[in-house]
Parts: sequence; C-alpha cells; structure tokens
Amino acid sequence: MTSAYASVGGLGADEPRARFLDLVAAEWIKLRSLRSTWIAYGATAPAVIAFNAGTAYDTYSHWPERGAAERADFVRAGIPLQEAFTANAAMVMMLALGAIGALVILGEYSTGTIRTTFAAVPDRRSVMAAKTVVVTAVTSVFGSIVAGVSFVLTQTILDGRGAGVPISHPGALRVVVASALLAPVCAVVGMAIGSVVRHTSATMIASVAVILVLPLVFSDGRHWSAVAGHATIYQAWLRLVDLGSPRTDFPWTTGGAWAVYAVWALAAAVLAVTSAQRRDQ
Amino acid sequence: MVPVIEVNELTKRYGSTTAVKDLTFTVRPGQVTGFLGPNGAGKSTTLRMILGLHEPTSGTVTVDGRSFADRPRGLRHVGSLLDAHDVHGGRSAEAQLSALARSNRIPQRRVEEVLREVGLAEVARRRIGGFSLGMKQRLGIASALLGEPPVLLFDEPLNGLDPEGVKWVRDLFRRLAAEGRTVFVSSHLMSEMEHTADQLIVIGRGELIAAESLAEFSARGTRPSVTVGTPAAAVLRGLLTAEGAVVGTAGDLLAVTGATAVRIGEIAMEHRIPLHHLSTRSASLEEAFMELTADSVQYLAGDPT
Repeated sequence: MTSAYASVGGLGADEPRARFLDLVAAEWIKLRSLRSTWIAYGATAPAVIAFNAGTAYDTYSHWPERGAAERADFVRAGIPLQEAFTANAAMVMMLALGAIGALVILGEYSTGTIRTTFAAVPDRRSVMAAKTVVVTAVTSVFGSIVAGVSFVLTQTILDGRGAGVPISHPGALRVVVASALLAPVCAVVGMAIGSVVRHTSATMIASVAVILVLPLVFSDGRHWSAVAGHATIYQAWLRLVDLGSPRTDFPWTTGGAWAVYAVWALAAAVLAVTSAQRRDQ
Repeated sequence: MVPVIEVNELTKRYGSTTAVKDLTFTVRPGQVTGFLGPNGAGKSTTLRMILGLHEPTSGTVTVDGRSFADRPRGLRHVGSLLDAHDVHGGRSAEAQLSALARSNRIPQRRVEEVLREVGLAEVARRRIGGFSLGMKQRLGIASALLGEPPVLLFDEPLNGLDPEGVKWVRDLFRRLAAEGRTVFVSSHLMSEMEHTADQLIVIGRGELIAAESLAEFSARGTRPSVTVGTPAAAVLRGLLTAEGAVVGTAGDLLAVTGATAVRIGEIAMEHRIPLHHLSTRSASLEEAFMELTADSVQYLAGDPT
C-alpha cells in the first residue's frame, strides 16, 4: 500500500517482522531496571533460607538430648528432608512470590505504564505472554537457588551430627524440585490475579486468600473437602515433600500433585495472557 | 492529500456517561492539527480510541486506513504521548526507552539520538521519579519520536514546560509537519495552539464544534467591538442605541458592538460630540474559542447547578 507520507522517516519504511523474542527482551529490560525487583528477591531469599537453616540448627543444638534409638531412626523417618525445606519456609516463599509476580503487572497498571506499553505494542496478548515468560524464567532461577542453597546448608548443618543426607538420597531431588517450583507457580498465579484485578490492595488480599487461606479451609475430613484441598498449591507441595506414606483417609499420588502444579501454572498463564485483551486501558 | 487519521461517527459511553458522541473528523499529513476543547470535552478519550487503548462503543477510527489495534507493533506507525506520568518512576529514562525500542526492533542508537534531541542525555541514567513534569514531557516526546513515525499524537504536551521548552516543542511540531508527518496535538488552551496549529478540531462535551483552518476559526464568531471615549457619553449612547448598536461600558469608556468606528465617528460629528478615544478591537482567538465552547463547558466555575 502506498501512503501519502511513504518517504517520511528512516525506520517506518522497511519495518522488520515482529518477533516475540524482542518482547521477551524488552520485558527483561523492564524487570531488571527496577531496583524494587532486586530488593524483593534479595529480601525473600535470605528469609526463606534462614527458616530452613534455623530449623536444622535447632536440631543440631538439641541433638545431645535425643536418645540413641531416636538418633538411629532420624534419617529413616525422613526428617533430614523435612528440614531441607520446611513448611514455614514454603509458606513465606509462596506469599512473597505471589506478591512479586503480582507487582510485575501492578507496577504497570498503577503507574499508567501499561498505556505506554500497549501503545507501543498493540498486540496485547504477546506483551502479556512475554511478561509471563520472563516472570516464569526469573522466578524459576530464584526458586532453584533458594531450594538448592537451603538443601546444601541444612544438610551440612545436620552432617555436623552425622544426620544429613546427600542429594542422591531417595526423594531428596523431589523435595528440592517441588520446593523450587513453588516460586514460578506462585509468581504466575500472583501475576494472573494482578492482571485481572488491576488494583494493588485487592490483588494482595486475593493472592493471600488463594495461596494461604484456601489450603487451610479444606481439610481431609470429608472426601469432597479433601479433593478440593488437594487441588491447592500448598497441599500439592506437602504431598510432594512427604516421603513417608501419607497419613490420610484419602491418599493421592505424587503424579496428581505435580498435575496440580501444572494446572495452576497453565490456568494462571492463560488468564494473565488473555486478561488485557478486551478491556479499556 | 490523503487523510491519515479518520474518525468516523465515533461514540464512547462509560455506563451512563457519554464521553464522545458521533464524532467525525479527519487529520491530514504535513500539518499541525490542534485538538481543542475544554476540560472533560473527550479529547483524551478520543486519542485513546485512535490508539486502540479504548474500544469505541460505536463508530470507527483508522490510522493510514487501518485500525491501530490490529498492528502487531506500533512505534514505527504512530508515536504518542498521552500522559507524561504514564511511566514507572523507578526506572531510568534510558531503561524506559530501551525497553520500548527493543519491543519494536528499533536499534538502540535511536535511544541515544532521541535523548539528545529532547535534551535529556545528561540525565538518561537517573530515575524518572526525580524528574520534573517538564522533563517527563520531554521523555514522553522522546518515546513518541523513537520509531520515526509518520503520525504523532500528543495530549497536552505543553503542560509543565518552561517558556524555552514551549518554544522548543512548537518548533519541533512545525519541523515534524514540514517533514510530511501528521501531527495531532490536544490542548484546552487556545493560546497554546495559536502559534502552533495550521488546522483545528474543536470539540465540546464529546461533540464536534468546528473543524477548519486556524484562519477560518479566527474569522468566525468574533464580533469586533469599538471602544469610545467621550464627555457626552449619555447623549452618544442614546444616538447609537437608536442606530441599533449595543452599547455597554468598559470603565469610563463605552464598548459598542453593532456599529463600526467609521459610523460612530460620523454620528459624533453630525451631533458635534467630541471624541477623546475611538478604537476597534477584534476578539482574540482565545475569546473566539471561549465563545464557541461556552455552551459546552462541563465544569464552569461559579455554576449554580
């Protein structure tokens, strides 16, 4: 098509093909150029690691009080791996990453940057997909580092009493991977909630409700309640790090728990990618 | 010249509020077109619909024959500055522009070029949060220029700029238009457009009031008034009123509309009335604008309703 102003400008005349990779690179520039990003990750990592290392150190310092039988049973009962990533640490990481994920998109909505973004790239779905990719990648690296460091640190502390286990120990890798993946799953869920709700305080409340309250509401008492509970991220993580036989009337497989992770992540990604499409910005 | 921006029977309602109603106009290349209207007239809403950020309730808007929202990337087609505050204060100007450039496959050298062009090269690495409104306006203009687009939209770009900045922006707009680009600039102040725009689109309460050249606009709706100074004011007033003129007072002087200075001089001479002062003043563009939009001002100071 010939325009009346075809001769204008040096860039518009031969526009290169739009590439998704450029959007990912742009989102990465945006993420890394915010000091608050680094502060959030920098504050969360030591907090989570400290929860785990603290528990291991507690075991270490109270070790002399344990009886011989108890000491012998320590590794067989799977306690070293329980201390590799504790429930408290998991909860802290889930809440923090939910907030961090939400802030990636809320930072754009609350400042109005979203309009600048969408005016530059009218293909909103691709922008949101690129954001999702960057958040998933960064938080996966973050989760791996935190879970990895926690494992090494806790087992090193326990080794001081001869009670640590190596990563080759049965189930050890599963604990580390399941804990690491909490980061990207919760970050994408937080981002999805932020994309739909678009207001900071409401998003934070919704995010805490989904991550913290839901798994506590559904107990294992009745079948429907147990199934609903199993569908929450936290209970899926509990199932994955529980290496003994689960003490429940309604047992479920680790495959089911991995599937819960996958469904949350995928559903959240779809929600985040499609949320901006038909709404006024 | 083919119109580049075509707005056709555009309507936008938010709930029961109608922000824009049956708006139709075109914007042509090679000119600066001013988009004028009082606060709340629907200017920003219209600009957002041009950019595909807001979906029209009915009607269409195209840029170069296409809906802007259908383009995968926008910066090489339309550069825009909607609100200078639409940036994250935690980022540096350089990071903000680099991300925008990268998303549109615009070479990084353009970032340095536009930063120099708008005079922000020195502060490129400082956080935007510390910028004054004028600096943010310059940054927004830099973003708009990034893709060397043929169409540029600016929403109230002169807010917060110092006199030097205002002159710079005016010269920039004139230069962009001279290069054959389409420059569409909104404002709620006629005085800002007076030395900038070639064409005007005037709206009030979401409806089109005028779409014409600056010269046509200044000719319409302006009734010249004649200021008369005389010691026999009461006598002259009676004579002029008898002639069908409307006579008001302006301080010690009479303000006459409906009679030319020539006619007033003749009447005074016929009746041997001395005149100390006789001058014609035509209404300014600002007054023409105020007169034209008086019925459509949404938030009127001292409005009893």
